[in-house]
Amino acid sequence: MDAKRVETISARVDAAVSSPDSVEDELELSAVRHRPEGLEQLEAQTRFSRKELQILYRGFKNECPSGVVNEETFKDIYSQFFPQGDASTYAHFLFNAFDTDHNGSVSFEDFVMGLSILLRGTIQEKLNWAFNLYDINKDGYITKEEMLDIMKAIYDMMGKCTYPVLKEETPRQHVEVFFQKMDKNKDGVVTIDEFIDCCQNDENIMRSMHLFENVL
Amino acid sequence: MASGVAAWLPFARAAAIGWMPVANCPMPIAPRDNSKRQDELIILNVSGRRFQTWRTTLDRYPDTLLGSSEKDFFYNEESKEYFFDRDPDAFRSILNFYRTGKLHYPRHECISAYDEELTFFGIIPEIIGDCCYEEYKDRKRENLERLQDDQEENKDQKLPNMNFRETMWRAFENPHTSTMALVFYYVTGFFIAISVITNVVETVPCGSTANQKDMPCGERYTVAFFCMDTACVMIFTVEYLLRLFAAPSRYRFMRSVMSIIDVVAILPYYIGLVMTNNEDVSGAFVTLRVFRVFRIFKFSRHSQGLRILGYTLKSCASELGFLLFSLTMAIIIFATVMFYAEKGSSSSKFTSIPASFWYTIVTMTTLGYGDMVPKTIAGKIFGSICSLSGVLVIALPVPVIVSNFSRIYHQNQRADKRRAQKKARLARIRISKSSSANAFIQSKRNGLLNELLELTAKEEDEQKLAKSISLLESQHHHLLQCLEKTTSLPLDSNHHPVFSSLQAHEFVDEQVYEQNCLERALQTYASRSPSISSHDSSEGTCCGRRGKRNTPLPNASLPSSHQGPLQELSAIHIQCGDPPSRTASRSNLNLKTDNSGRINCKGGRITTAIISLPTPPALTPDGDGLHGPPQRRPPPPPSHPPTPSIQTTASSACTNIVKVSAL
Repeated sequence: MDAKRVETISARVDAAVSSPDSVEDELELSAVRHRPEGLEQLEAQTRFSRKELQILYRGFKNECPSGVVNEETFKDIYSQFFPQGDASTYAHFLFNAFDTDHNGSVSFEDFVMGLSILLRGTIQEKLNWAFNLYDINKDGYITKEEMLDIMKAIYDMMGKCTYPVLKEETPRQHVEVFFQKMDKNKDGVVTIDEFIDCCQNDENIMRSMHLFENVL
Repeated sequence: MASGVAAWLPFARAAAIGWMPVANCPMPIAPRDNSKRQDELIILNVSGRRFQTWRTTLDRYPDTLLGSSEKDFFYNEESKEYFFDRDPDAFRSILNFYRTGKLHYPRHECISAYDEELTFFGIIPEIIGDCCYEEYKDRKRENLERLQDDQEENKDQKLPNMNFRETMWRAFENPHTSTMALVFYYVTGFFIAISVITNVVETVPCGSTANQKDMPCGERYTVAFFCMDTACVMIFTVEYLLRLFAAPSRYRFMRSVMSIIDVVAILPYYIGLVMTNNEDVSGAFVTLRVFRVFRIFKFSRHSQGLRILGYTLKSCASELGFLLFSLTMAIIIFATVMFYAEKGSSSSKFTSIPASFWYTIVTMTTLGYGDMVPKTIAGKIFGSICSLSGVLVIALPVPVIVSNFSRIYHQNQRADKRRAQKKARLARIRISKSSSANAFIQSKRNGLLNELLELTAKEEDEQKLAKSISLLESQHHHLLQCLEKTTSLPLDSNHHPVFSSLQAHEFVDEQVYEQNCLERALQTYASRSPSISSHDSSEGTCCGRRGKRNTPLPNASLPSSHQGPLQELSAIHIQCGDPPSRTASRSNLNLKTDNSGRINCKGGRITTAIISLPTPPALTPDGDGLHGPPQRRPPPPPSHPPTPSIQTTASSACTNIVKVSAL
């Protein structure tokens, strides 16, 4: 995102001038509001129509009147969809995947760009996005530890009351299966090319990628 | 899932793509949203004020009226909007609930009105946000207490079928219900006072006799005081036993505070009777006499203020406990300090720490008797600290107790005031509503006069009389007329009406009806005039029979302000009469037609309930339940022995009343 206009009230200016006080810091944070770019620009950058963008923004702004989502709110919102388990870890990873410029908050542009890829993107783009999600430290490789973290987070969302009962080593086994499938050269990491190749060859994955196309 | 985040569901579903590469098996098919409507604006017209919102906003809560298809019932085709005939101000908070997910309770709104709105729109009040929930609950509780007070007030009304025991209990609990109860109340109060005064005077020195020095009156006039005491105790015993007998739950009564006080008040006397004048036990006996002073607590039945005080103390138990505890702590601390400070000085009164307790207490409560005074400088310093802190410690919990007392006392005052106002209010409401009942009579009269005028063809007068009666009223009147027509008697084969009456029953108003009844009663049997007196217990409507239809009512100048015991006229209670008139009719079968008009003077009533009549005119009970058009049973032939089987209570009459919602 280029021209992000972050607007604050004049308290911020005063706060910069006067000595930093914890109270004033709080005031500053709470006064931060974010206004997204114009509708046309977003229309150009994403694959949503005007009406869809309007609907999306209304929902977004309703939940987050300040215009940005910070991680706590994000976790809260996401956890509401999975009441029986603990979705906070996965929400953390998801937040990082959406927060492309890594400034600690998801603005509407981030949100809508992510959604555009997920709902209207090409297979390549979607797979890219998924890879980005799994690659926690964004170094271009998915290691076993990273995958284990992701897997545990996903299984956490299931909660305790599952059938059959979740065992300790289930995530680990799942990671092994994943790596067996994806890691072609058996070097212990999965690169983006290995990942995309392997997924494109897998029918199930291909089919499921189209699952949510009519969501909006 | 909170519906507020329903807007984020598309996002959550989209993010599910992140699981896909990890999954090992195919995913289920996604549900198709076939009814894909574009989000549209909905117009909600609430009593003229238009609110607009997105359809999806309302769809967030599908189990409410606005979120479900129930709102289609309110859809107005021509204006393409949903019309609700409700309060627009209250609707604001309801619509905001959909928008923000939080329901707020506006403080200026009446609690029951708000509750009604919530119920109408299908929203449960439990989801009121934390910010407003406390206020809502408080006001709701207040309202409930008020309603309960009113209900308790109604309980005072005499149920006609209370047995002796219940009557007695009611008399004991509410002295103002009957004269006997009042007398009893005052008598017991008087005797309590006498007893207390006796106990007090007993100990006053009465002047010396020749051979003995000053002695208290009790010992001088032993017999007199003993007789007085006996009399009082007898009265108290009788009262206690009567209460015990009348109590609905004897076990609970025996456990109640008042009864314990009663027992404690009279027990010393009996124990004293039993015990002999033994030297050993006479000391204990004297101690027992102290308990006689508890008779003064019996006054709390007579004084509401006293009861409130007791209740306050009970409700402030924790504050009192805190006061006591902190005082004890302070006393011990200061007593110790004072003891050690004064240890040095000679001839000090502070001989031990417990001995210093007395000084500390007297000082902290700022009494300062002066029998124990510190002499050393250190002692004086600590003594002054002690007195200053005493003021603080005592002053802290007292305002809490005071405010509690004030709150409870004022609540009580308000309850009394409400009760007093209620009677006046109900009377005024009755007056205003009875005029609408008389309106029907009036209109009938006008109708009759109109008919007359039609005959005489005086158009101008007709127009004068045809008052602008509203459509609603005219429909209502028509309904009542149909009712009248319905209660016409069946004709027998010879086309003679069975009751030798010619026309349908009609509504007349109370005065005429009572007159009719009176006349009838006087005519037939002087001993029985049940109908009029029995009407106090029955909620009467105006009805009755008259003579010929075409003659104007004999008392044309019926004052419209006259009202009988007409209760709520928003619903006209139409009751069944099991009229004494039947008895009359039996003996009046051969009456002339105009007198026969008196037959079934409760005629306009549909048979729906059995009225409680203290002197049952011995007829088979009329309606058993709700009938439609009343069935007029022919009266049993005179040879039948009267079956006094009419038994009822007003409560059953109440349940059988057909409420015809008037307008």
